[in-house]
Amino acid sequence: MSEPWDVESDDAIHRGPPVTVDRYGRGKRVNHWITACSLILLLLSGMALFHPSLFFLTGLFGGGQNTRMLHPWIGVVLFVSFYIFFFQLWKANLFTKADMGWFTGIRDVIGGHEERLPEMGKYNAGQKVIFWAMALLIIALIATGILIWDQYFYDYTSIETKRFAVLIHAVSAVLIICVFIVHVYAAIWTRGTIRAMTRGSVTGGWAWRHHRKWLRELAGRGRIDPAE
Amino acid sequence: MMDSPRTAVSNPPVQPMESNLTERDLIRRSATSELPTPERQLTPVAKLIDVSKCIGCKACQSACVEWNDTHPEIGANVGYYTNPHDLTEDMFTLMRFTEWVNPETDNLEWLIRKDGCMHCADPGCLKACPAPGAIVQYSNGIVDFVHENCIGCGYCIKGCPFNIPRISKVDHRAYKCTLCSDRVAVGQGPACAKACPTQAIVFGTKEDMKKHADDRIADLKSRGYANAGLYDPPGVGGTHVMYVLHHNDKPHIYADLPDDPKISGVVQAWKGVTKYTGLAAMGLVAAGAILHGVFGRANRVQPEDEENAEKLVDSAAGHREDA
Repeated sequence: MSEPWDVESDDAIHRGPPVTVDRYGRGKRVNHWITACSLILLLLSGMALFHPSLFFLTGLFGGGQNTRMLHPWIGVVLFVSFYIFFFQLWKANLFTKADMGWFTGIRDVIGGHEERLPEMGKYNAGQKVIFWAMALLIIALIATGILIWDQYFYDYTSIETKRFAVLIHAVSAVLIICVFIVHVYAAIWTRGTIRAMTRGSVTGGWAWRHHRKWLRELAGRGRIDPAE
Repeated sequence: MMDSPRTAVSNPPVQPMESNLTERDLIRRSATSELPTPERQLTPVAKLIDVSKCIGCKACQSACVEWNDTHPEIGANVGYYTNPHDLTEDMFTLMRFTEWVNPETDNLEWLIRKDGCMHCADPGCLKACPAPGAIVQYSNGIVDFVHENCIGCGYCIKGCPFNIPRISKVDHRAYKCTLCSDRVAVGQGPACAKACPTQAIVFGTKEDMKKHADDRIADLKSRGYANAGLYDPPGVGGTHVMYVLHHNDKPHIYADLPDDPKISGVVQAWKGVTKYTGLAAMGLVAAGAILHGVFGRANRVQPEDEENAEKLVDSAAGHREDA
């Protein structure tokens, strides 16, 4: 029998006590933090050029010229690291019927009443939205970013194309920053989440509370203490 | 000394002079919202290029290169006179040659337009520029690039309706015609106007230049150019470099001079609504998160969640062991 989409290669339960569940292997965590650091650096350098009141942020990168030179390269790092991550995670982020219940119960989501919502797999519907939004916006940003990377690509497109590119780049950047804020806040608000990306594991109770379907799948398939 | 020079033909004095064009004369400064109002208003200046009097000698190009001490690459002749083939970071002005057959007369007309920065009253480059003080506009109308503040992003190119600025591949800074701001600052006219042997390029106050243009247009009309006129496009608030065109009804025949130039709506949207709604959107999302964090209860795992997880895992493990 094939594994459900939700179950990823590194996922496993340790009986403990207390019960812990491996959620992200070392490779995925390293990749996540490379992506995260690049996104923060892109946010700072990009905002510096987005609004004059934030131009002082160029000081963090050694001045305006360096900011202009570095920003696109950091974008390349983000694109590569995110898309390695993407191909590891995309299957578990496909939408299912249960996700509809999550969307219609969004009030309970915000209020923290998960017991009133359908059981979620490895990712809940909100996480999936963030995943696909990031994926699409990063494509938009790298594509338009290359069009306005004048140092290397000036000759390949018209000025009118570049005007549209810079507008789409700015709008996409605003959207991805909003998505980023929601992502970070949700990880903080849902206590016990951040250790999934630092230590790589979560507590059994966390998995039961937030991703019960995933926990059941892991347990049902005997992904328990594989090392023993 | 007069606040703005009236002509380009006078010779400079031999004694050193103070610059009469300073930071205090700025009416716009890129990426700067609070600029002190200048204490004086300089008389607006303009360069008038009478296309009908141009003989295509390129003395203006040579004078420009000489005065600005640029070193354009020696190019190749590919069969037409426009040389170099485009404006570059080392060539701020360029004679563009067009062979145009007038459909009314069936005559070949050799149109020669001296291309370069138009010094718009509403400069798109300055609007687009993200670097504080990299592009400035003086109260006499000159739009100037301040290279030490330039970051080389190329936004000015996207803002410009005339495709003028060029970024140097060497120092990554933007270059264009300065209207010889350094000469105007000491009472001299631009080098190109001074060098022009036929007075096709003249320089003075914008008012004088418009009057002079009127005389020239009347002369052209009397000689059969019914559509002769002044190119001072209102879409960019008028310009401080103007043309007398014998066919002012169709500026595009002069090597694609825009018929009705204005700052692109895309650039306006990018620099206007996107900036404000963008900042507002990011601020709202951040504020929403903070409010939810402060007033909402954290989503904590409860002891019974841990117990349930243990039961589930134990029973699953138990099944495995039994089997």
